[in-house]
Amino acid sequence: MARKLLIEHAEVPGISAYDVYRKHGGYASVEKALKTMSPDEVVEEVKKSGLRGRGGAGFPTGMKWSFLAKPEGVERHLVCNADESEPGTFKDRYLMEKLPHLLIEGMITSSYALGARRSYIYIRGEFMYVLRILEKAIAEAYANGMLGKNILGSGYDLDLVVTPGGGAYICGEETALLESLEGKRGNPRMKPPFPAVKGLWGNPTVVNNVESIAAVVPIVNEGGEAYAKIGIERSTGTKLISASGNLVRPGVYEIELGLSVEEFIYGDNYCRGIANGKKLKACIPGGSSVPILPHYLVTKTAAGTDRLMTYESLADGGFATGSMLGSGGFIVFDEDQCIVRNTWNFARFYAHESCGQCSPCREGTGWMEKVLYRLEHGQGTLEDISLLEEINKKIEGNTICPLGDAAAWPVAAAIRHFRDEFEWHVKSPQEAQSRNYGLIQAPLEA
Amino acid sequence: MKADHPQAVNEAPIDFSANTMAEINRVIGLFPEGKQKSAILSILHLVQDEFGWVSVGAMNRVAQILDIQPIEVYEVATFYTMFHLDPVGKNVLEVCRTGPCQLVGSDDLISYIEEKLDIKVGETTKDGMFTLKTVECLGACGYGPMLMCKYQFYERLNKEKVNEMLDAMREASKS
Repeated sequence: MARKLLIEHAEVPGISAYDVYRKHGGYASVEKALKTMSPDEVVEEVKKSGLRGRGGAGFPTGMKWSFLAKPEGVERHLVCNADESEPGTFKDRYLMEKLPHLLIEGMITSSYALGARRSYIYIRGEFMYVLRILEKAIAEAYANGMLGKNILGSGYDLDLVVTPGGGAYICGEETALLESLEGKRGNPRMKPPFPAVKGLWGNPTVVNNVESIAAVVPIVNEGGEAYAKIGIERSTGTKLISASGNLVRPGVYEIELGLSVEEFIYGDNYCRGIANGKKLKACIPGGSSVPILPHYLVTKTAAGTDRLMTYESLADGGFATGSMLGSGGFIVFDEDQCIVRNTWNFARFYAHESCGQCSPCREGTGWMEKVLYRLEHGQGTLEDISLLEEINKKIEGNTICPLGDAAAWPVAAAIRHFRDEFEWHVKSPQEAQSRNYGLIQAPLEA
Repeated sequence: MKADHPQAVNEAPIDFSANTMAEINRVIGLFPEGKQKSAILSILHLVQDEFGWVSVGAMNRVAQILDIQPIEVYEVATFYTMFHLDPVGKNVLEVCRTGPCQLVGSDDLISYIEEKLDIKVGETTKDGMFTLKTVECLGACGYGPMLMCKYQFYERLNKEKVNEMLDAMREASKS
């Protein structure tokens, strides 16, 4: 049975209360870190663990921490990114709702490691009921001496605040989040300077995803090396996967990295296959921003090896035949789904969520949406397909933040793998309105 | 009057209830001295909770409270999609329309509610009971199709559940 390091106790009755959480071993990492370790030793354990950012980018967390500038007399901050908005991703909500104290524990231990004395959890405004759960848990942590002055007699002080967003996908981008946390529009900042040098209110700041911060708890408790033994290669530890779409059992699963995709989709302990006895058509394994994979590239790589749930294996083949682990937003399509419709749907999402700051993204996302609308509604031409590819190239790499790339990649991937289905929408518009295209065939071996 | 109207700044600020003001002062107190503007999104949520929407008069009052220019409130309120800048019904149904929900039937859900309430997306029922909106991903992808109303998530919706939900909302909004 796979080990669960994060959500093992999620379904224990009353676990959102301090006392129950404590009885199940909660806050051990705070005691261990504050009483027996120096801040640098905590950072060292996180480095050894190989933990990579769980929000989507997969950047090594320990390395990110080590970039934090520490000028004398300047305050530093840890900011938790709980603005979970990447379509297909709903793991952080589960973790915070069920185990608010796990996030708070991770915030304390991590803030100690970074020398932050004022830390913030920025949660998307739509999760207001989760914010209330966190507020209550924070009050309990204060009442029990885990927050506030001189925590556990260590001399370390920490204040922790949870605050809401207002509905904006872009605020999941770390510099947009910081702008928002300062009470402004969520327009991403030019980098450099990076938040590690100039972040919240100009102070050195680390921004980490909810799951990354929670993972610090088992890393400190069991040691970085023990954590690194789970998983394969540079994909260490466990990962929360949000499974959605046409599955028998969608939901949040904690997996050991290295599990096969086959097992994850079809296994009894996981999603139990495609709903209603249908066939798999496609899968977006890491949230809507990552390339879609056609059925023949989901459980196997182009080289014919088993596709695994790791950063490396999901990316195997590059964008030609691979994708990304991303946020772990695992979206599954059955044979009845229309790829053109779905691509249009996501293009509409990105057009809606572009902050409007950079022209290539502001204009390009809206343009792609219009073209895809035409194609989906039987008004498209073959030139429209090449036009999409053209727009894509003009957005990619030409914007301040990655939203432009995130809008461009899925369209490019959909055309790459499902060109026949796009062309069918142009050539047989009436038929395309009345039925779905069905499964595509794997290209024949050269 | 809309926030982008040149005269918006002259619209008289409106007062908030004692409860709302107490909460506003609490959220401002969460941030360090001089950084009270960080509380602006919390405050706009509180204002919307009290009035159902965010008027220019309310935004002008928020500017006074935070001691900032009215434009600093307008530009924030117009950027974030959760804030209703026009009056809305007592129950705003915000249906997720994004990919993962679409795969499990959000298009049908939207059509069903339109038919049931006899309004289109963006409209309010004549009795002022419901406003129907579509929104982008609410982070409930494994439990779709779904909608949010008053910060509550209604998940894995089907026709029966929608009927029950609407009845319960009508009942609760009567009192």
